[in-house]
This record gives sequence, structure tokens and C-alpha cells, in this order.
Amino acid sequence: MRIPCPICGERDRREFYYQGAAVALERPDPEAADDAWDAYVHLRDNPAGLTRDLWYHEAGCAAWIVVTRDTVNHEILDAELAGEAGR
Amino acid sequence: MRFSGWKVFTEGLTGNRGWAPHWRDPEPKPEYDIVIIGGGGHGLSTAYYLARDHGLTNVAVLEKGYIGGGNVGRNTTIVRANYFLPGNSEFYSHSLKLWEGLSEDLNYNVMHSQRGLINLFHSDGQRDAFARRGNAMINQGDDAVLLDRDGVRRMLPYLDFDNGRFPIHGGLYHPRGGTARHDAVAWGYARGADRRGVDIIQNCEVTGIDIDGGRVTGVQTSRGPIRAGKVAMVAAGRSGQVAAMAGMRLPVESHVLQAFVTEGLKPVIDHVVSFGMGHFYVSQSDKGGLVFGGDLDFYASYAQRGNLPMAEHVMEAGMTLMPMIGKARVLRSWGGIMDMTPDGSPIIDRTDIDGLYLNCGWCYGGFKAVPASGHCLAHLLATGRPHAAAAGFRLGRFRDGVGLMDEEGTGAQHNLH
Repeated sequence: MRIPCPICGERDRREFYYQGAAVALERPDPEAADDAWDAYVHLRDNPAGLTRDLWYHEAGCAAWIVVTRDTVNHEILDAELAGEAGR
Repeated sequence: MRFSGWKVFTEGLTGNRGWAPHWRDPEPKPEYDIVIIGGGGHGLSTAYYLARDHGLTNVAVLEKGYIGGGNVGRNTTIVRANYFLPGNSEFYSHSLKLWEGLSEDLNYNVMHSQRGLINLFHSDGQRDAFARRGNAMINQGDDAVLLDRDGVRRMLPYLDFDNGRFPIHGGLYHPRGGTARHDAVAWGYARGADRRGVDIIQNCEVTGIDIDGGRVTGVQTSRGPIRAGKVAMVAAGRSGQVAAMAGMRLPVESHVLQAFVTEGLKPVIDHVVSFGMGHFYVSQSDKGGLVFGGDLDFYASYAQRGNLPMAEHVMEAGMTLMPMIGKARVLRSWGGIMDMTPDGSPIIDRTDIDGLYLNCGWCYGGFKAVPASGHCLAHLLATGRPHAAAAGFRLGRFRDGVGLMDEEGTGAQHNLH
């Protein structure tokens, strides 16, 4: 699998660190109820199909990237910088 | 049809024409007391123990594919009880005891082979941790022997002991650990449940879960609706999708784990051996192939195949540990889908929906758990109370933070297991 870093271009998967579903961009309010924090930290949609993951270009430009990917065939449809995806 | 030496002998003399199918192929009935979603090892063993221990036989196991086609046929067949944390430790101990009587109990040879399992260590700190784990195993009533370097060398002379980066300091030997024939486990449980009256329904995919007023009433399937008093979701890697039909989100992310097998060789590896520094494990199947694997691919996946970076990593680890393995040609590789929980431990519990039960989160260790998982889920389904051996496998432990079982000590976070 090769991941298209928006800064560096298409690079080997081994340059990246996988963080999981891109939920970090939807952090609840600090005062939110326990259920909201449970959903944020633990519960996952876990789709068989399109998902949005958070990857860190650890051995490259150190950017955090949101990757839109198909979990069934590993096809990557889109990758954007997490800072821009979060806006 | 019961298996016996006499039966094998007479069939051998009469052209093997008397063997019958091992289980029926019934049409689904409109209603059951209990419907189990998922005909893998865990679902089948649940049905078997429901019938054997609790006399509940108005039960259906619904399998979307065929028996033995999912994770129960995609593992590396290792059976062990060398867990450390309370909660896990007594559960796997319970499972190993069930394994030890399984072939007789099922009247089906699951080829459980207690050839011994050796976890190697490569540093002083790792030795201390393994000594502690061994003590926990002995306290639990299981067996563990701490081997020094010479002790390992006598048993496994083919390892590279003087590797510059990862010299072998010793190993934790678990004599009762070993392997079992995974297909036979599935077939034996299916046959055992079927003989007691359970319906094993293959090619029947569940497409919906019916809930009325907070209570489960049945399931929709590709072969029509089926009403049920209780429904158990036992779908391993697909647990997320099955639970979504009931409007639930699970603390689960599904990842792929690869395994590899070489061409058949003469006996060369007598035990199950695991490499403490690179996460590589290997055993030799009764047919002669070296069966080995390593880490997850470490990203969400439903493709039942892996990617090359992890294949390369596993091969490197194998070559580091036992250079002789480089002579063997890899015959094939495959991947299974693992339902990974944040703490790496499983869930056997009721849900907030009345009559709906959950068995999932076996991560990369579901095969050895097959007997106890079914035994404990059957107990929960039949009595309404969790079995003592699985009381720690609560669904709510992530929400309330009580009783997390982070066996690897890496933190309760999805991408770390």
C-alpha cells in the first residue's frame, strides 16, 4: 500500500504511523458527558468500505494526514492534511 | 454415526461407503429459542455447550458462508494458557482444560497436540517479566518452566543463540501448550451440536436484527425472517457490522493478521516457538508445513489478505531467529480479520437491548479460546449470569474504566493492539 502524502507525494506505507479512525478531529467538549467521551475514545463505526484514517508521516515530513480509504480492497481515494481536514 | 476404531476398521474393509454427512442441512424454522449469529468456532461451541450443559436445543447457528470458512480456518492453530492478568488468566486456564478433553468429549479427533510452547527472551528485563508471568501461570494452576540459555539450547538447537542484536537468554516453557487441527475443531463442534438437535444453517446471512420496545425479537436473513427469544452476536471480525444492525457501536476496530505456511518438510520444529523481540511465532503442522506469523498489519482492514511490508517483517524476524528457515519455500499466505478492542481483551456480555448478547473482541487470540468462549457464553445465555471464568469480559469496562485488561501493557488505545 502506498499513501499519497499531500506534501511529499506517493510514499511507501512503512513511512507512516497509523493512529486509527480520524475521530481526533471531532474531540468532545471537556465538560461533555461520559457517554460522549466513551464514544470518542473507544467506540468506532468500523466500516467495511470507506473510512477516514489518521496517519502520521513519521519517516517523512511529519505531517498528520487524513486518508480516505476502502478497508475492503485497500484502495486509497484521497489524502489531505489533518489541519485542513479539521476546518 | 459415532467414530470408533471398529467403525474405521470396517469402513476400511468395505470401501468407505458407510460414512454419512457429519451434520444435517436443515431449512431454517420460523422461530427458535436462541439464534446465534456466526458459525465460526465460538458460535458453534456456544451452540454445543447450550445443548450439552443446559439442554437447550431449540437453537440455530446462522453462518453466512460455510462452516470453517472464516477465522476458525484462518489462524495458526496455537493453543495455550500463558496469560498473566487476572480475568484473562483463569479464562484461558479454563479453556485449556476443556481442550484437554475435547476429542473424547466430541467423539471427534481435533488433533490437540500438547507439544509444548516456548516464549524466548532476549534481555534481563524480559527474563524478569517472563519469570513473573510464569509464576502467575503456576498460581493459576497451569504449568510454566523458566529455561536458561542452555536449557533452550538443548531443546531448540537450531536457533541462532549468538545473534548480535537479540541474543537468546532463555525461554518460558509452557509444556501443556501446543496446537490443534482448526478445521476439525469447527467440524467437531458442528457435529456435536447437530447431534443434540441444534440447526446448523449455512449460506444464511443475517441482514437485520429485529428489536421491539428495547427487546430483541428475531433476525432478518437472506433466507427469510427468523423469530428468536435470544440472539447472540458472535461474528468476530464482522462484529462491528452485526452490532450496527442493532443500532450499536462497539469498542472494536477490525484489522488484518497474516499467516504463512511453507511446503511440507520432515519433522524439524518439535514445539511452538515464539521470538520475544520481533513477534514471530512458528510451529510445524502434522502435515509438515512450517506455520508462522507475526504482527497485525496495523491498520483497519476487511481484506482477507495482507500487504507486503508485514510479510517482509515476519520473514526477517524468522530469519533472525532461525536462519535455517530460509531454506524452506513459502507455499502460501493468508489473512484473517481481527476484531481489536482498545485493551486487547475480549467481550462476553449482555447488551443494553434485552435478549441481545455479544461475544467479540478476540483480537489475535481467538482460536485457543474457542472451547471456553462457547462454554461461558452458553452459561450466560442459559442462566442470565456471567460464568466465573469470563466475569471480567465486560462490555462496559471501557466506559467506566473498571477492569481493563491490557495484557500487553501498551495502553488502552485502538492502534496499540
